Amino acid sequence: MTETPLLDVRNLTIDLPRGADRPHAVQDLTFTLEPGEILCVVGESGSGKSMTAHAVMGLLPKAVKVSSGEIRHQGTDVFSLPERDQRALRGGRIAMIFQEPMTALNPLMRVGDQIDEVLRYHTTLDRAARRARVVELLASVGLPEPDHLRRSYPFRLSGGQRQRVMIAMALAVEPDILIADEPTTALDVTTQKQILELIQDIQAKRRMGVMFITHDFGVVAEIAHRVAVMQRGRIVEIGTAEDVLNRPQHPYTRQLIAAVPHLIEHREDFTRARQPVLTAEKVCKTFHLGGGFFTPGRKVVAGDDLSLTIHQGETVGLVGESGSGKSTLGRSIVGLIKPDSGKILFEGVDLLSLSRPAFRPYRRHVQMVFQDPYASLNPRHTVGDIITQGPVAFGEDRHKALDKAKALLKLVGLDASAAERFPHEFSGGQRQRISIARALALEPKLLIADEPVSALDVSVQAQVLDLLEDLRHRLNLSMLFITHDLRIAAQICDTIAVMQKGRIVEIGPAKEVFGNPQHAYTRTLLDAIPGKGWTIPEDVVPVTRRSAALRNSA
Amino acid sequence: MPRIALFISQRLVKAVFVILAIAVFNFFLVHAAPGDPAAVMAGEAGAADAKFVEQLRQQFGLDRPLYEQLGTYMSKVVQADLGYSYRQQRPVFDLLMDRLPVTLSLTLTAFVLALLGGVALGTLAAMRAGTWSDTAITVVGLTAYATPIFWIGLMLILLFSVNLGWLPAFGTESIGAGYTGWDAFLDRAKHLVLPVTTLGLFYMAVYTRLTRASILEVRDMDFVKTARAKGLPEWRIVSVHILRNAILPVITVAGFQAGHLIGGSILIETVFALPGIGRLAFEAVLQRDYQVLLGIFLLTSVVVVVFNLLTDLIYSLVDPRIEVAP
Repeated sequence: MTETPLLDVRNLTIDLPRGADRPHAVQDLTFTLEPGEILCVVGESGSGKSMTAHAVMGLLPKAVKVSSGEIRHQGTDVFSLPERDQRALRGGRIAMIFQEPMTALNPLMRVGDQIDEVLRYHTTLDRAARRARVVELLASVGLPEPDHLRRSYPFRLSGGQRQRVMIAMALAVEPDILIADEPTTALDVTTQKQILELIQDIQAKRRMGVMFITHDFGVVAEIAHRVAVMQRGRIVEIGTAEDVLNRPQHPYTRQLIAAVPHLIEHREDFTRARQPVLTAEKVCKTFHLGGGFFTPGRKVVAGDDLSLTIHQGETVGLVGESGSGKSTLGRSIVGLIKPDSGKILFEGVDLLSLSRPAFRPYRRHVQMVFQDPYASLNPRHTVGDIITQGPVAFGEDRHKALDKAKALLKLVGLDASAAERFPHEFSGGQRQRISIARALALEPKLLIADEPVSALDVSVQAQVLDLLEDLRHRLNLSMLFITHDLRIAAQICDTIAVMQKGRIVEIGPAKEVFGNPQHAYTRTLLDAIPGKGWTIPEDVVPVTRRSAALRNSA
Repeated sequence: MPRIALFISQRLVKAVFVILAIAVFNFFLVHAAPGDPAAVMAGEAGAADAKFVEQLRQQFGLDRPLYEQLGTYMSKVVQADLGYSYRQQRPVFDLLMDRLPVTLSLTLTAFVLALLGGVALGTLAAMRAGTWSDTAITVVGLTAYATPIFWIGLMLILLFSVNLGWLPAFGTESIGAGYTGWDAFLDRAKHLVLPVTTLGLFYMAVYTRLTRASILEVRDMDFVKTARAKGLPEWRIVSVHILRNAILPVITVAGFQAGHLIGGSILIETVFALPGIGRLAFEAVLQRDYQVLLGIFLLTSVVVVVFNLLTDLIYSLVDPRIEVAP
């Protein structure tokens, strides 16, 4: 090829500080990025994909050093440049957007000023010209009323809007390369779709090279021209999107693709003949934010006339975007939030009418698994303590409880010796297993799982989902599964309830909701799932299908 | 800005009630201590005659029931009359106004210098965390924080006044020198150097530690990474992005400390023989000089309330997420 690539990474090796789990963050990395191309870098957390992006930007943490190799930007070796020129490159020729739009903007600065900063240090424009450019940029990323929005502080904006501001900021001086580090992972599925379209659109218009880091193969299928798969600091497979997605060669790529959650049609129908365990009737909840004695605050309706029944052995999926009120309903059922009105009937008893002491015996029947396994386990307690606290509080003998805890740890696929260790010694997936064991220790009849896998890597996600699926068959559990990811809901739920703005807009058997959605919002959600056009290649056997087969043969 | 005006006026109305409540509370607090000015005066005069004490009590109105005394006091307070010190034979207000400039010139100077120096040193230490300059700043800060404040004062006197003879050791001006104009100001400033340094060192240590810890927390945040990715020069990242976010906890503590501007310098005033409010309070306690004591308490509470209001206002200016809500 005669054209110099935009970005040419050759034999890049980055050393990790001593005592890390491996000597190199990335090892012998070689790839190129051409103009007008979207290169997706895929891998699980810790695979070195973010580290690579940070190395290109010159943003590596101090403890981490590039030990060999080079990064060339349009033929110039970036590392040989003086700091001044490297700075001109960052934000000028190479721009980056980050995963967390909620924290990536300075909370104390107006968004317009934050964009203005880039122009100030990379161009010679005067004040008025910069202001005009800021407005133009904000308009170009599809933000409403750019002249007004320019003066807003980040906390006034939604996650999607903030990510648009980030993109506007990155595009300020028309860079050649955009590095996007999981830019849609923290966003709702519909917002994700919009942001992906925006990136694609801008990239095509300006023939930018985009290095897009993600762990989601759906997103890859949606936007990638070429794909690089990373594992433990190495590129194990690189090729066109077409090849990697449909004819994956490396076992690790195949494993990742197999773990992608997907709509499955072969799930046997749930029969509604069984007993209802929990019925929510016309539950309403409104939160009042801010305000004082005389000044009215903002009202947020998190629950408006919510009715829902969970039968014995049934998994009900509660799907919707953030702020739709999914968690509020889940928390109301566990008794963490008191709804304003309505009934929550557990085996015929209205939990809301009970006093605190009268409610207590019911607590053990309804248990919850939380989203963030890093925050939901007390770091100062041993795993054994964490699991036995519940049963001991309900009067069980400590030794007996500990024996049971060990049995539970085995049940969720951990070693019994885990009981003596502390949560920080476990990975995210293992911690979520501990959380599940903790919830099961009280032998609940109903499990509320609030986004239990959204903080986990895909392959770990598949394992935890598998575990939940397995447990509910073995223990005949009922489950309310709260998620924003429709693919996951499709995989694990019998019944789906779709929530929007505090209302359940559609509820029905999973097959019908996904196969023949009635409500416009459900259709929007389904339409926004990334990678719909791509079907997992036949020769890669999905994880759940494999385990279902195992279960049937056992 | 009508919103700000509304906020301030509402807070001021509340403040009046708070201060009145404090005045009542102070009144009982002062009277809860055993002994009264009559007993102390009689004791000092060497006349333990019960009749004489009784006569003094009558003269000062101390023989009336407590609630009646409270009524008299409060009715004077709402008229901004702080009473009359029989002990000093002067109105309390005049006494306070005599002493206030000395105390304020000491505490305000120390406060401002400590704040500026502390934030600067803390920033320096945090940006060079782990290097020798960080260690030096941390060690010096810790020493200044842990050493008793009067001892530092005495040592400074020993070094700069007694041994080197550079600076005066006590008082507010050279008595009998007859300086005027610029010379008089310089003379007063010279007298303030040691007490201000002593008081300021301690607070500077607090701000240094606070700023350093806060910056270390902020500098790893995502938006700092964004600022780096924008290709901004380092000084701009530190001053605009890191420091502005890190300064919030410092403001909280500074606002809290500013409330102590009046009463927090008793030790320093004693060591350096400065005729300030702190000394006045100390003497008033010994003499059971109720009126003076109550006057000082009231003044202190007004200062605390005013600085609380100021802190809230500054907070809402620095952090847009905090809205002034009355």
